[in-house]
Amino acid sequence: MEALFAVALGILTASGVYLLLRARTFPVVMGLTLISYAVNLFLFAMGRLQTGVTTVIGASAEYADPLPQALVLTAIVIGFAMTAFVVVLALRSVGEMKTDHVDGRESAR
Amino acid sequence: MNHGLILPILLPMFIGCLLLFGARLSMPVKRSLSLSSTAVLVLLSFWLMWQADQGVLQVYALGNWQPPFGIILLLDRLSALLLVATTVLAFFALLYATRGDDERGRNFHALFQFQLMGLNGAFLTGDLFNLFVFFEILLIASYSLLLHGGGPDRVRAGLHYVILNLVGSALFLLAVGVLYGITGTLNMADMAVRVAAANADQAPLLGAAGLLLLVVFGLKAAFLPLYFWLPRAYASATAPVAALFAIMTKVGLYSILRVYTLIFGDDAGMLANMAQEWLWPLALLTIGLGVIGALAANSLHGLLAYLVVVSVGTLLAGIALGTPQALAAVLYYLLHSTWIAGGLFLLADLIARQRGEKATQLIQGPALQNPHLLGILFFVGAISVAGLPPLSGFIGKLLLLRAVEPGLQALFLWPVVLGGGLATLIALSRAGSTLFWRVGLSQLDSAELDRGRLLACIGLLLLSPLLVGLAAPLLAYVEATASQLLDLQLYRQILLPGGAS
Repeated sequence: MEALFAVALGILTASGVYLLLRARTFPVVMGLTLISYAVNLFLFAMGRLQTGVTTVIGASAEYADPLPQALVLTAIVIGFAMTAFVVVLALRSVGEMKTDHVDGRESAR
Repeated sequence: MNHGLILPILLPMFIGCLLLFGARLSMPVKRSLSLSSTAVLVLLSFWLMWQADQGVLQVYALGNWQPPFGIILLLDRLSALLLVATTVLAFFALLYATRGDDERGRNFHALFQFQLMGLNGAFLTGDLFNLFVFFEILLIASYSLLLHGGGPDRVRAGLHYVILNLVGSALFLLAVGVLYGITGTLNMADMAVRVAAANADQAPLLGAAGLLLLVVFGLKAAFLPLYFWLPRAYASATAPVAALFAIMTKVGLYSILRVYTLIFGDDAGMLANMAQEWLWPLALLTIGLGVIGALAANSLHGLLAYLVVVSVGTLLAGIALGTPQALAAVLYYLLHSTWIAGGLFLLADLIARQRGEKATQLIQGPALQNPHLLGILFFVGAISVAGLPPLSGFIGKLLLLRAVEPGLQALFLWPVVLGGGLATLIALSRAGSTLFWRVGLSQLDSAELDRGRLLACIGLLLLSPLLVGLAAPLLAYVEATASQLLDLQLYRQILLPGGAS
C-alpha cells in the first residue's frame, strides 16, 4: 500500500509542477490544485497508513493518529479558499490584461 | 494564565468582523473604529513588551490544554519586540490610509485588521501548524491589500505573489507533515526536545524537512533565489499597504530565527545550526544583488523595494552569525529597517502626488510644491537607511560589524555591508537629486500637501532619531532577547506542568 500511495503522490506532484510551469493562468490553477491534493494526501499519510484500527489510544495496541486528519481538514479548507481566490484573480487578470499569460504579456517567440 | 496574550489576536479579529458586516457604515465610523483598534494594539503591545521584559516566558494554553497537547501562545522578548514593531508601523500606515487611500476599494479597514490579526498571531504562536494557519491569514489579507486600488500593474504583481505563496504554503505543509510524522508533535518546544533526541536514521528526513521550511521562510523573507517577486509587488502596492508590507519580510526572518534557534538550534545533535551555513553566503549575495537592483531601479518605489531586499540580506547575515551580539544587532536593525522602510514608502507617495503623471519615475518632472520639507524628510530617511551617523541605521550596522570576530567572516561581511551602504547612498543621492533638483519650472496646482499624510510620514521617519535616543534601554532589551533566545532550557520548561506562568 505504501508504494502505491507514494507513486500516486509522485504522479500528482509531478503533474502539478508541470502544469504550474505552463505559465498560463488556467493550467497554473489546475497545477496548484493537484499539488494541494498531493500535499493533503501526504499529510494524511503522516499518521501512518493503517486500516481498521481505532482512533483511541489505549483501546488496543495499535491506533490511528487522529491529529493528521485534523491538519488535513484545516489544510483543505484553507486550500479551497485560496484556490477560489486565485481563480477570481486569474479571471480579473484576463479581463485587465487581455491575455492569460501569468506575466501579462505573450512571451516573445 | 495571562489573558492579555490572546488580545492582540482577538481584538483585530472582532473589529475586522465588525467592519466586514458593517460594510455600509459611513467612512468616518469605519476609520475611527479601525484607528482606535490599532491604537489600542499599540498600547497592548508595549504592555506585553514590558511583561516579557520580566524575563519569564508566558504561555497561554488555548482551551487550557496542557502543552504539548494543545496549541499554545508563547510570549517571550522576541515576540513582544516584533509585536511592537508591527503595531507601531501599522498605526502610522493606517493614519496615512485614512486620508483618502482607504476609499479606493471596499473593505480596506477590515482587511487591514485581518492582516494585523495574522501578523500578531504569527509572532505569538508556539505551535508550528498554528504558525502555518496564521501565515495563511496574513497572506490572504495581504493578497487583497496588495490588489487594493486595482489596475493592471497590481493585478500582474498580485498574480505572481499569490501563486508563489500558494506553492510556498504547499511546501510548508509538506515540511510540517514530515516533522510531525517523525516527532509526533507540533509544539515547537516539544519538537526541539524530540529533534535533539532523534536517532541517526531519522536525522536526514528531519534535515530535509528543516531545509524545506527554510525555503518557505525564505520566500516570505525574500532572500536570494526567492526575492524576485518582491520589487514589483512592493512597488505597485498603494503607499500605506507598501508601508505595512515592510513588516511582511520580517515575518519570514522571525520564523527563521525562531525555528533555527529553537528546533534546529545548538541542542539539535547532528542537525545543530544546520541553516546557518546556507544562510551566510545567501545573505551576502542578497545584499550584493539588492544593491545592484537599487542602483538600476528606474523609480523611487523600485529603489525602495530593493532597499528592503538589502535590509533582509543584512539581517540574515546577523542571523547566520548566530552569536548573542550578532542577534542583538539584528533585532535592533530589524526595528530600524521596518519603520524607516515604511516611512520612506509613505514619503515616496507624498512626492509622487506632487509630480502628477511622472509619479516617482526617476526622470525630470514638474517642480515640487514643498521641495524643502519633502527634501529634508528624504534626506533624513536616506541617511538613516544608508547607515550614516547619527541616525539609527548607523548604530544597527555598527553593532553588526562589531559582532563579527576578526577573521574570514569579517573579511566577507565588512566589505559587503560597507560597500552596500556606499552603493545605497549613491542610488539614493542620485534619486534625490533627480526628484528635487532636476525639475522643470511648472508646478502642479492640484497637489496640496495633506497634513494627516505628512504627519504619518514624519511620525515614522522620526522614529529613527528616537531609536538613537532610546538606544541604551533598547540595547539592553535586545541583548536580553538574544540571550533568552539561546537559552533553550528556558523554552523546555514550558512543557513541564506549571513550568511557565
